[in-house]
Amino acid sequence: MQIPYTVAPRPDTGVYNAKIGVWLFLASEVMLFGGLFSAYIFLRVGAPAWPGEIHGVMYARASEILNVPLATLNTMILIGSSVTMVMSWASLAMDRFDRYKLYMGATILLGFAFLVVKAFEYGTKFEHGLLPAEHNFLAIYFVLTGLHGLHVIGGIIVNAYFWGPGAKMWKTNPKQFTNRIEIAGLYWHFVDLVWIFLFPTIYLL
Amino acid sequence: MSDAAHNIEEVKKHVRVYISVFAALAILTVVTVGVGYLHLPILPALIAALVIASIKAGLVAAYFMHLVSEERVIRLLVWMSLGLLVFMFTILSVYYYDQVGAVTGL
Repeated sequence: MQIPYTVAPRPDTGVYNAKIGVWLFLASEVMLFGGLFSAYIFLRVGAPAWPGEIHGVMYARASEILNVPLATLNTMILIGSSVTMVMSWASLAMDRFDRYKLYMGATILLGFAFLVVKAFEYGTKFEHGLLPAEHNFLAIYFVLTGLHGLHVIGGIIVNAYFWGPGAKMWKTNPKQFTNRIEIAGLYWHFVDLVWIFLFPTIYLL
Repeated sequence: MSDAAHNIEEVKKHVRVYISVFAALAILTVVTVGVGYLHLPILPALIAALVIASIKAGLVAAYFMHLVSEERVIRLLVWMSLGLLVFMFTILSVYYYDQVGAVTGL
């Protein structure tokens, strides 16, 4: 059986089906992260000081506990990966499979770089006994950044599949493969979007 | 010019836009961090952070996610999800302040 509208746009929506599917999924992700952002807002509004006292030390700002330079580096890494992701789609649209492999490979490596920096950041917190159970600030920091990190891992897995075995489709159905990269990109850019809001609200305010 | 060649020319134009957007995002990230180090009072700091983040998010959504040239149904979907997000924040805020009122008697 042939799955309909994998390449041609569906007449009533004007887009291929997978694109609608991914946008619907992203809408549900907006609510997931929105719910957690709400938790962060109300924990903060309800606290007498933020972050406040942790292990007997009073912190007036999140930047006194969290590593802002590392988070800034991670922001740059994610923005860079968004560019390489969109360039991998543009390469396919320009019929340049060799460049696609290069840009998608770079996206995957940048995704790993983000995780390495994040692991380093977490490791430092753990060494100092700053664990999620210690304080509301640490709990919401680890939940929000941890869930975001899981999304990065999910994106790397999908991108690695399309870089490796999934890329065979380019030979049999290049248009469908280009569409697949476009929607994988939609997800990856969404992960970047979430970080764009997480970074200033958690680290800088 | 054939359709394929025309499409390739179109995509090449897009690539130039992607590079400009990348530069804008990098500059705005530096601005975000700079504003953070000013240690402004919470309200102006919050407004500045959210305005800059919204501009960055708008650039990513409009150009990298192609919303600027996307079909109406997708744009409606995006507005609907943003509307639901605002609705969720609103009902949670109402509930929160109702509970605070119940505790403080205000």
